[in-house]
Amino acid sequence: MAHHHTTPSLNELVTGVANRLKTAGTGFYLMVFIAAAVVLASAGTGLMAMIKGHEAYYNVYREVPWGVLIATYVFFVVSSTGLCLISSIGHVFGVQDFMPIAKRSVFLSIATILSGFFVIAFEIKLPWRMAIWNVISPNLTSNIWWMGTLYGIYLAFMFAEYVFLLMNKHRPAVICGFSGSVAGIAAHSNLGAVFGLLMGRPYWQGPYMPIYFIASAMMTGCAVILMFHILGYKVNKQEMAPDMQRALEVTTKIGILLITVILFFTTWKLIAGAAGQPNGAYPVVQSEVFGHHAFVFWFFEILMGMAGPLVLFILSKGRNLKLMLIASLSMIVGIFVMRFNLVYLGQALPVYYDLGVNEFKEMLHYSPSVYEWVITAGGFGLTALLFLIGEKVFDGHKVEDL
Amino acid sequence: MNKNIDLNNLQNEGVENVPMQERRDFLKMGLAITGIFAGGSLFSAVSTFNSAHASDFAKKYPYKPHYSMVMQQHRCIDCERCMDACVATNHVPNVHGAYRTTILEKETPDAVGGKREFIPILCNQCNLPQCTRVCPTKATYKDKTTGIVLMDIKKCIGCLTCQEGCPYNARYFNEEKKAVDKCNFCWDTRLSKGEKDTACAHACPADVRIFGDLSNQEDRVFKIVHQIEKAVWVLRPEAGTRPNVFYTKG
Repeated sequence: MAHHHTTPSLNELVTGVANRLKTAGTGFYLMVFIAAAVVLASAGTGLMAMIKGHEAYYNVYREVPWGVLIATYVFFVVSSTGLCLISSIGHVFGVQDFMPIAKRSVFLSIATILSGFFVIAFEIKLPWRMAIWNVISPNLTSNIWWMGTLYGIYLAFMFAEYVFLLMNKHRPAVICGFSGSVAGIAAHSNLGAVFGLLMGRPYWQGPYMPIYFIASAMMTGCAVILMFHILGYKVNKQEMAPDMQRALEVTTKIGILLITVILFFTTWKLIAGAAGQPNGAYPVVQSEVFGHHAFVFWFFEILMGMAGPLVLFILSKGRNLKLMLIASLSMIVGIFVMRFNLVYLGQALPVYYDLGVNEFKEMLHYSPSVYEWVITAGGFGLTALLFLIGEKVFDGHKVEDL
Repeated sequence: MNKNIDLNNLQNEGVENVPMQERRDFLKMGLAITGIFAGGSLFSAVSTFNSAHASDFAKKYPYKPHYSMVMQQHRCIDCERCMDACVATNHVPNVHGAYRTTILEKETPDAVGGKREFIPILCNQCNLPQCTRVCPTKATYKDKTTGIVLMDIKKCIGCLTCQEGCPYNARYFNEEKKAVDKCNFCWDTRLSKGEKDTACAHACPADVRIFGDLSNQEDRVFKIVHQIEKAVWVLRPEAGTRPNVFYTKG
């Protein structure tokens, strides 16, 4: 009996989706094509590196084993956690103003974490072993084990939450949303701890990283929510409803708050790395603020990632969508570089630096290879592809009655 | 019967009456403690600070034998026979960045006397290893009987977190083995087959690398680590990993 009922409705669903996709213009299909091409190029490059050995394709090396692919992974999971946390203010914790951003944000939190997994699959040298040994030989003292496991749980909750949102089943959606937020916070702070609990890496070491990662995720979430919602309305060529405008206004305000929080964190991180010239951190902070890495830090991380968007958000008053789009785009570029800085700078000082030996007198350098950049681009391509298809398939992620 | 000593009226006897040998020994000890004895460089002052830790680290020897290595740093001439022996014994690939042990070179241009020294490094087989804590799959672990930090190759996912965690740059990814590789005190290639030392220690013509059992009071490494006349230190004690590789010189 059940089959007789569901089969026609599935057909209807397929027809509906097909019709929605047909409404798209040439521009949409061109963007989908480009995004898909980037993903394919990226997957091809990644598979090639996986088969022939990373050594020949990636610029990471013994002393700097983590490069742009780790930074990209961190960037995507930061975005996903942020999307989950900021959107949960409305649909999980009941703040009405945030309700309209729920569906698109949850969808994008799934899209971004999948992009993160896509990139990390080509960063880890033997990912297929992970699938087996993470399960049958777990190391409970390992933050990376917890991070991976909790992100798996997080993805399952977010996926279930989105399905319940689509079905307009509010209660289970709230339960899944809440559980997803908890798993997300636990997973993401463990990612911070992957860096923060390494005793031999003074630039990272301490409780700062897990805390910073959560605050930073929420800041990133605001940028990603603003960017994708404004773009979503452009893709669908729709007029923005007042309640959606209101949701973006409050998101901008939270964004302003979180930028100041991260600016505050960053300021103290720098002061802590300078006061008393602590071993292992001081030369890095020096390079970051005045030296070799200063332009990247000041221009991308500070100006594009935080200070510029802060000014633009304030000027926009949460209503000037053009300014908000520019600000959030700038922020996303800046935050990506911020992740790169975090990953690279923690390794920049050789572990034997203080020994004063000839081999390790200088800071270590790393710049990604073309192959690493192509795989990185694939992560962005996958998010773009899922976003574009999601807009059409789920009809602009309209929130009816949550 | 009057046992009270009149402290106020005691006279200073001076040091003239202390026998010469005793004075020498005392001075020697003092100099060893302050580090001047060890060569007069700033580094040696740091070294003696570390030696205090070294004896702390040596208090507990949970393994029998408790494998350990002492580097007589001043004897190293960078002939690299240890490195060659390691490569040959443990099949270390001939690619950049692949090594289980190497020799670092330190120059102190303003030092009095010798200005160059060589510092051999390898996995410190720490009592509190960072690498094993961070490994998600227990692919690297501290062996319960030998105390050696070993690799279970099939479990390594190549996340390289152990490389980040190691304060000694002792690990690299071996593309041939498809796993992270590291020094295991030649466990599989020599010790488990009944040999008494590692390939590097065996090959060293200058008696730089002394391999032995820290739990055996008759062993050379025990005696060197437990004397107080010469500075003994470990690298990067601040990382808190309680290494089992010690350094000494002079």
